[in-house]
Amino acid sequence: MSHVITMIKARRWLILRRISQLSIMFLFLLGPLFDYWILKGNLSSSLFLDKIPMSDPYLLLQSWLAGHDLFKTALIGGLIIFSLYFLIGGRVYCSWVCPLNIVTDLAAWIREKLNIKGKKRQFSPNRFIRYWVLALTLLLSMVSGVLVWETINPVSLLHRGILFGMGIGWLVILFIFLFDIFISPRGWCGHLCPVGAFYSLIGFFSLVKVNAVNRQQCDDCMDCYAVCPEPQVLKPALKGEKNGITPLIASGNCTNCFRCIDVCSVNVFKMGLRFNK
Amino acid sequence: MNNSGSTKNRRQFLVDSAQTLCGVSLFGLGLSIYSDKSSALPPQALRPPGALTEKQFLSACVRCGLCVRDCPYDILKLGQLNDPVAMGTPYFEARKIPCEMCEDIPCVKACPTGALDHELTDINLAKMGLAVLIDHESCLNYLGLRCDVCYRVCPAIDEAITLQAQRNKRTGKHTRFIPVVHSKFCTGCGKCEQACVLEEAAIKVLPSKLAQGKSSEHYRLGWEEKAKAGRSLIPKALELPSYKPVFKVPGVKQ
Repeated sequence: MSHVITMIKARRWLILRRISQLSIMFLFLLGPLFDYWILKGNLSSSLFLDKIPMSDPYLLLQSWLAGHDLFKTALIGGLIIFSLYFLIGGRVYCSWVCPLNIVTDLAAWIREKLNIKGKKRQFSPNRFIRYWVLALTLLLSMVSGVLVWETINPVSLLHRGILFGMGIGWLVILFIFLFDIFISPRGWCGHLCPVGAFYSLIGFFSLVKVNAVNRQQCDDCMDCYAVCPEPQVLKPALKGEKNGITPLIASGNCTNCFRCIDVCSVNVFKMGLRFNK
Repeated sequence: MNNSGSTKNRRQFLVDSAQTLCGVSLFGLGLSIYSDKSSALPPQALRPPGALTEKQFLSACVRCGLCVRDCPYDILKLGQLNDPVAMGTPYFEARKIPCEMCEDIPCVKACPTGALDHELTDINLAKMGLAVLIDHESCLNYLGLRCDVCYRVCPAIDEAITLQAQRNKRTGKHTRFIPVVHSKFCTGCGKCEQACVLEEAAIKVLPSKLAQGKSSEHYRLGWEEKAKAGRSLIPKALELPSYKPVFKVPGVKQ
């Protein structure tokens, strides 16, 4: 029994995160399944309790660039979502909301279990490439006057598909799943996805940050690097004491998944605010 | 050279940048071609009432499905990846299930982005498409029978569809009642197409752009201009003195 409790304790944030992802999905599904409309629409734009609009600011930006004058409901909804992620961390969207994260996390887990390792067996494009893809989607929207990214975007495809019908969209998700297992570890969310790239920019100044408060205690076990979906964000905070770098994980690409807090055996990490340095 | 290290680094940097640039551009090219192809709307897919022109619609619709959710008759669908409409955009197919033309237009009210124009408050002014009696050979009324189904189901009966009496030349003694669609009143709801009794509908709702001709801006209809002005705009024909030629035949007295 105590064994189970330790198991759960060591996965506290992971479990909370899954609960968050699944309950958001569940709230959206309550409507079409049981006619109980708490969240209506999908992640692109939705209505909370039939009153409060919420819209994806990335989509609105594309729409505006494509030449559409934004309507007030969408503007208010976009502002609400923007402010939310501005405060709690942009890529909280990725780790706590995005349904595709469950798929890619599963892929990462399977890759580890299958023990697919070694540089030769992986394709690992530069992590900055997602910002080029982001710029590209915005540019193409501007040039063509169409929401180009939305014709394929796997994130909205999956969420919309679950709620409104998927068709052969499953193939896209399957491809990303297999891509993450066999071709590129954490390839989609960590290297390519422009949605994550956009939200990382929103979260650049976010209030909630992981803080490596007890970094002197670090015994270099590397557990946090192994679980972190964006391990490059850890090093400056963890090893930067000599150079006077803040123990806050400053990068906008930290998804605030808090897995590092879970796995660290010497409690280096704490959830914190950006002000308590 | 003592700076060979930095030259190598610079070389590596340039190669990396070129790789990224190539990869991303190639991806962009594929994406824009795909987007272009998948954004073509097939004629049988109709947009909800109040939809902006297709080009504007594709820049405005965020594919949230709120219009689908608020349609009380579950008419609207969101395009799936393998559907022939842009992914995630709402549409309906008249032959399967037509628009019921709700007075309060809930789908338009639900739209958060204005892709469905909130200026549309009277459903009778909607232009989802235009009905066209496309096949004169199989239409029963054209054959001289009294089917009239499209005419009778039309929510704007006697305005959007009227019956025009014509002589039935086949029998020589009967009348044919030809259904005629009037674009001014037709909303494109699709009731007529759904109700057509034939195996394949003879009357179809098409996007207005496909169904309608358009005369040049400078064209004027003489009789309308005359009615507007209250008189003929052409000056009266000149009254010239008539001249009757006289033929004189020599030697004959007239």
